[in-house]
Amino acid sequence: MMPMHSLAAATPEIFLAAAICVVLLFEAFFGARHRGATATLTLLVLAIGAALTVAFADVSHSVTLFNGMYVADPLAFVLKLAGFLVAAVTLLYSRTYLENRDILKGEYYVLTLTALLGIFVLISAGSLLTVYLGVELLALSVYAMVAFDRESGVAAEAAMKYFVLGAIASGMLLYGMSIIYGLTGTLSLARIAAALTASHSLGIILGLAFMVVAVAFKFGAVPFHMWLPDVYEGAPTSVTLFVGTAPKIAYFALAMRLLAYGLPGVAADWTRMLMPLAVLTLVVGNVVAIVQSNLKRMLAYSTISHVGFIVLGFVAGTRSGYTAALYYMLVYVLMALGAFGVIVLAGRKGFEADRLDDYKGLYRRDPLLALVMAMLMFSMAGVPPFVGFWAKLRIIEALWQTNHLWLVIIAVVMSVVGAFYYLRMVKLMYFDEAPETLPATVRSFGVRFTLGINAAAVLVLGILPAPLLDLCTRVIR
Amino acid sequence: MHHQLLSILIWLPIAAGIVVLLLGERNVGAGRWVSLAASVATLALCVPLWGDFNTHTAAYQFVEKAAWIPGFHAYYALGVDGISMPLIVLTAFMTIPVVIGGWRVITKRPAQYYAAFLIMEGLMIGVFSATDALLFYFFWEAMLIPMFLIIGIWGGPRRVYATLKFFLYTFLGSVLMLAALIYMYVKAGSYSIAAFQALPLTLTEQRWIFFAFLLAFAVKVPMWPVHTWLPDAHVEAPTGGSVILAAIMLKMGGYGFLRFMLPITPDACREFNMLIIALSLIAVIYIGFVAIVQPDMKKLIAYSSIAHMGFVTLGAFVVYEIVRATGGLSGAAMGMDGAMVQMVSHGLISGAMFLCVGVLYDRMHSRQIADYGGVVNTMPIFGAFMVLFALANTGLPGTSGFVGEFLVILASFKAGFWFSALAAVTLILGATYTLWMVKRVVFGPVGNDHVAKLTDLDGREFLILGVLAAAVLLVGVWPEPLLKVMEPSIRHLVAQAVSTKIPV
Repeated sequence: MMPMHSLAAATPEIFLAAAICVVLLFEAFFGARHRGATATLTLLVLAIGAALTVAFADVSHSVTLFNGMYVADPLAFVLKLAGFLVAAVTLLYSRTYLENRDILKGEYYVLTLTALLGIFVLISAGSLLTVYLGVELLALSVYAMVAFDRESGVAAEAAMKYFVLGAIASGMLLYGMSIIYGLTGTLSLARIAAALTASHSLGIILGLAFMVVAVAFKFGAVPFHMWLPDVYEGAPTSVTLFVGTAPKIAYFALAMRLLAYGLPGVAADWTRMLMPLAVLTLVVGNVVAIVQSNLKRMLAYSTISHVGFIVLGFVAGTRSGYTAALYYMLVYVLMALGAFGVIVLAGRKGFEADRLDDYKGLYRRDPLLALVMAMLMFSMAGVPPFVGFWAKLRIIEALWQTNHLWLVIIAVVMSVVGAFYYLRMVKLMYFDEAPETLPATVRSFGVRFTLGINAAAVLVLGILPAPLLDLCTRVIR
Repeated sequence: MHHQLLSILIWLPIAAGIVVLLLGERNVGAGRWVSLAASVATLALCVPLWGDFNTHTAAYQFVEKAAWIPGFHAYYALGVDGISMPLIVLTAFMTIPVVIGGWRVITKRPAQYYAAFLIMEGLMIGVFSATDALLFYFFWEAMLIPMFLIIGIWGGPRRVYATLKFFLYTFLGSVLMLAALIYMYVKAGSYSIAAFQALPLTLTEQRWIFFAFLLAFAVKVPMWPVHTWLPDAHVEAPTGGSVILAAIMLKMGGYGFLRFMLPITPDACREFNMLIIALSLIAVIYIGFVAIVQPDMKKLIAYSSIAHMGFVTLGAFVVYEIVRATGGLSGAAMGMDGAMVQMVSHGLISGAMFLCVGVLYDRMHSRQIADYGGVVNTMPIFGAFMVLFALANTGLPGTSGFVGEFLVILASFKAGFWFSALAAVTLILGATYTLWMVKRVVFGPVGNDHVAKLTDLDGREFLILGVLAAAVLLVGVWPEPLLKVMEPSIRHLVAQAVSTKIPV
């Protein structure tokens, strides 16, 4: 029997699991009478969760629990705090959106919390089983969220597509895991790492290939990206906001735990598998984004291109590369929060503001939203003084350290291609005149304030990038 | 104050720009005065910069250094030498006419207009004063954003095409340079430009880096054949945008050649110097011919800018041919001196020419040469200024245009007769396109009713053109102080350029 205090390292998950039950019961008994109370309660849960995580975290070293199934290390600590923050911000942004469209239901919040729990389990996964548990918990919650607007056919279609393709990916992951398990006789990632040192048996390569495909699918790397634009476009924007941000943290952790920490001995093999994926992802994401007329879809392809950069960090396969990927992922999540936040705020019921043309002359209608969006677009394009620049820089540095000349060239040239469609957004908002009177944007002070902070963070972290960069360097071992 | 002078020069205009933005369009009257005060104060701060500059050393002066990103070994490191200092002064100087020039003319979102120019001024001074490559790149790229908005918001009918082309062209060049800078960081363990200059590089490495730099700087200068964004950008940009584009931004390309390319990849420069010289001569001759046939005044001046910037690159790279032909270094410094003077001079002259076109455009809303004729009859004072700047543009002795071109032609004569002969073609071509334009616009009988109704310069316009005219003449008659300021740095640069960095 384990003493109680030793469970302290798992505080975030334990608290979250308990809180989910509370929120669910609260919704069942009081939800109908006090609309919106569940939302406040959920935000409270997230705040308390973050506080408890900080209070109980022992960040000086890593702790393993449950026979090595669960790992609490500095990386997990940072990712979980990021998870709390991101979930809270997405809920803040989406409240008015849900209200306007009559889908402000308690289940939405419960699903967000279960998804977050899945993310946390994945972040702290120490064995193949925990990995799978986290992946599925996250995926199932997100499928339901995508289909949350029952009236919407597009959303149902997107959820169906996501579910079917997601099931295939899960199957791949399980199959790959079973092969690795069969060859090493253990589910513990630490023991697998110790067992697999540069033995190049065909079986390992096969298992590895399946796992790489699963990771690529979850990230949305080309050619396993087909679900991503459909889900981003079809889901209610508030869900897109969530799907586009928080799970990225988990999938980074997935790649980290499974590949970087779990299979370092065969790193040469999986970096070689990831390389063509990264190149394809960069090219397809950036080029296809150019021809999109739907902003959510465009940002979906833009996500794919950013995923290309994150994967490049893994292609480098060094500590520096993982650090770069972590930094890129956090920066991307920050930018995506803002960008989808703008879409959430720019629309009204019956006007989703998801076409590019809906942003014509946004500067005239709502200077703040236009400014925030413009900053985010420049940041995503990688132009200083915004933080997106440092993310790209860090990846390129990691690639130079491993002498990937051609990958560097492809990455920088593709970022120029990407600049085109980001600039087009700025053009639409600032240079064009609004075609007709469009509905007003959402004017809730609290949300706009948060959005302003979000954009300010993109600028401030761009001018003074040192703290976040140092943090990323410190938590990757 | 001296140890923070450069920081103040960078951040004062940026802070003022933010203040103007916050004042908003409703308080644009106050915003204008803030802009003017900030730009004049920035120029005033250049007085101690120039006055206390030590002209006997090539070392960086007014040095500042603070940790910026310890993880990257990147510093907020500033400093100036004889190459960057005059360009900073030029930047501060040319922003004032832009602010005054937009005074009553800009009616669309004027506060943002001023803010964009002030922020850009700070960023450009940052480009010239950064001694850390990462900081340099930070300013270099950040500057694209205000320029993109200036052309896109206040530009002409095809502004969107022009500004996207401008941004993407320069962005493509820049990111490859960034890749090269990061490569050298990985090798040198520091982003300091001095460390890059001291870093031994094999010939293969130098070649790659050379071409990455070439693309970045050639686009900015711009050199043939990557010049095509410039005429579009100039034609569509508002007057102030054209002035800054021609006067300062093109100089950033020239500055890049002198600060990065020659000292960091000297062996590759030696290997490919004929390529640069050939491209420069093509710019001088071919683009000169192209300029002749332009029906649009701004486009004509844009092409003339490309031709004149050809002299900058020619002057910088002819040094290798001088060494090859004479075996010595005499005359090498002259070419670089010429390049530098040409940059300063072109900044003044092209800025003034664009302001002249702006004066006409504000009255007639046309840039077509054919819409004018006999302007001197209704605008005699303007006519005098226009002729003066046109003559300076052709390189008339006594104007700043003469000094730079003369030094470069003289230096290329040492390298070989044909270099100088081809370069000297500009004296004919420059006179042809500039004077022919002046003839059609300024002289002759009054072209049409609109011209007949023109009013001459007001006090505001007279002031800015008068000050520029004085500067053009001053540099033309008495270039000595400028040359003296540059001398130690140029000598140092020549020594770096002819050294070899290939590890043995």
